[in-house]
Amino acid sequence: MASINQALLDLKRLDQLAAGGTVLHRLDPRAKVLATLVFIVSVVSFGRYELSALIPFLFFPACLIALGELPAGYLVAKVALVCPLAVAVGMFNPFFDRSVMAHLGPLDITGGWISFASIVLRTALTVGAALTLTALTGFPAICNALERLGMPRAFAMQLLFLYRYLFVLTEEGVRAARARELRSFGKTGDGLNSYASLLGHLLLRTWQRAERMHMAMLARGFSGVLPGRDCSRFGAPELAFLLLWSALCVMLRLNNAPRLLGALVTGQLP
Amino acid sequence: MSHHILEIEHLRHVYPDGTEALRDVSLRITHGESVAIIGANGAGKSTLLSHLNGYLLPSSGVIRIGHLAVGKGTLSEVRRTVGMVFHDPDDQLFMPTVYEDVAFGPSNLGITGSDLEHCVTDALRRVDAAHLSHKAPYHLSAGEKRRVAIATVLSMSPDVLVMDEPTNGLDPFARRQLIGLLKEFNHSKVITSHDLDMVLELCERTVVLSGGEVRADGPTVEIFRDEALLRECRLEKPLSMQGCPVCAAGGK
Repeated sequence: MASINQALLDLKRLDQLAAGGTVLHRLDPRAKVLATLVFIVSVVSFGRYELSALIPFLFFPACLIALGELPAGYLVAKVALVCPLAVAVGMFNPFFDRSVMAHLGPLDITGGWISFASIVLRTALTVGAALTLTALTGFPAICNALERLGMPRAFAMQLLFLYRYLFVLTEEGVRAARARELRSFGKTGDGLNSYASLLGHLLLRTWQRAERMHMAMLARGFSGVLPGRDCSRFGAPELAFLLLWSALCVMLRLNNAPRLLGALVTGQLP
Repeated sequence: MSHHILEIEHLRHVYPDGTEALRDVSLRITHGESVAIIGANGAGKSTLLSHLNGYLLPSSGVIRIGHLAVGKGTLSEVRRTVGMVFHDPDDQLFMPTVYEDVAFGPSNLGITGSDLEHCVTDALRRVDAAHLSHKAPYHLSAGEKRRVAIATVLSMSPDVLVMDEPTNGLDPFARRQLIGLLKEFNHSKVITSHDLDMVLELCERTVVLSGGEVRADGPTVEIFRDEALLRECRLEKPLSMQGCPVCAAGGK
């Protein structure tokens, strides 16, 4: 359970990073959210066997991490945490798709391995971009930006509360699991049954907490609308940021930059 | 001001499952009074508090805040007048930052711009939490959370402060700090607590609830001297009135 606690503390660090003061931190969150969306759509819209064309997209998170003065090691470790999921999704591709698609010296590379690598790279890119966005902007500001971009208010509020109470709920879950563990004496306890009951209690407690929160909100005059928050302006720097990254992503999506570069080099130096 | 008078007449509350949490509670709290509501677990304290800002409505009986009877039509005015500080600050602090949380109430009251800023900074300064304004609530210690929770209510300039177990879970220093803070407020205060020493310091009047009824209502010191009453209501004297066990043993 210590690892869950540790992961939680790490999430708080993500929040603290958003308090930075670089140019990227100061940009209107909407510009960053839109640029990241363009990036993610570009990355996920590639075909399943595309690998080389994805590599230049690493430039986006790398550039933002450098300019935003974010700790690269920390973010890479966070991305690595999610990668096993991508590995699980793509791990059977090499077994089912055995058609040879490339040669690396004497080594035949099958379509399965290429699509597997593509899944992992795409996951790393999209998760990396989302994490970089959060570290540069902060989750509440992202929710606010999404709302200002037209997401229904109810969804934005749900997301905000989810984030706020994620910490409280996880801490409660960790305490309950620890209490269970301390009375299982290294055995399985009642196995899955005890976990089912534990989750049930957690759900009921969450329900009760939601009621108390609602009471607290009503007590302070809540009428269904969260008061207006940060109203930053979408000005020239934001427009420039958005256009630059969108143009780059679209260009990289439409042209395979490594192949073009390869053709250029091999054309020049036959 | 008539707003400060809080009257409860023959209040009865029955929960949907049939539990009768309050049977026949009548109280009158006047301007500037500090009143403690004490009682064993399940005596009806929290149910009573939930009626004071209209979260629960009476099954029968009336609650009046000044000239306003608490009911569906008067809820917004009642909730501005009665500031409620919850038992668990995590229930109360739900906005992304302390500043936004303290601004939540006044914004809902229609306060904006520099007035809002003044309201928030003043409330935070009064609880000595101005330096926390840009922190996220989950980054605060228990004592800080409690002080900020009080600020979220103070920013609405309530006439009556209602607090559920304000010293619960605080270390001795944070508890002492909070008691000092509450002493400075000249609002009418209604406090429920099992910390009877704090009650002795803060409240000149105490109401003892037992089984959903008012079992006693009078000066705090007199109530705490009545050992039979306290025992009957599953309570005991505050530690500061019990005498020192070490000295008593030494004297034998």
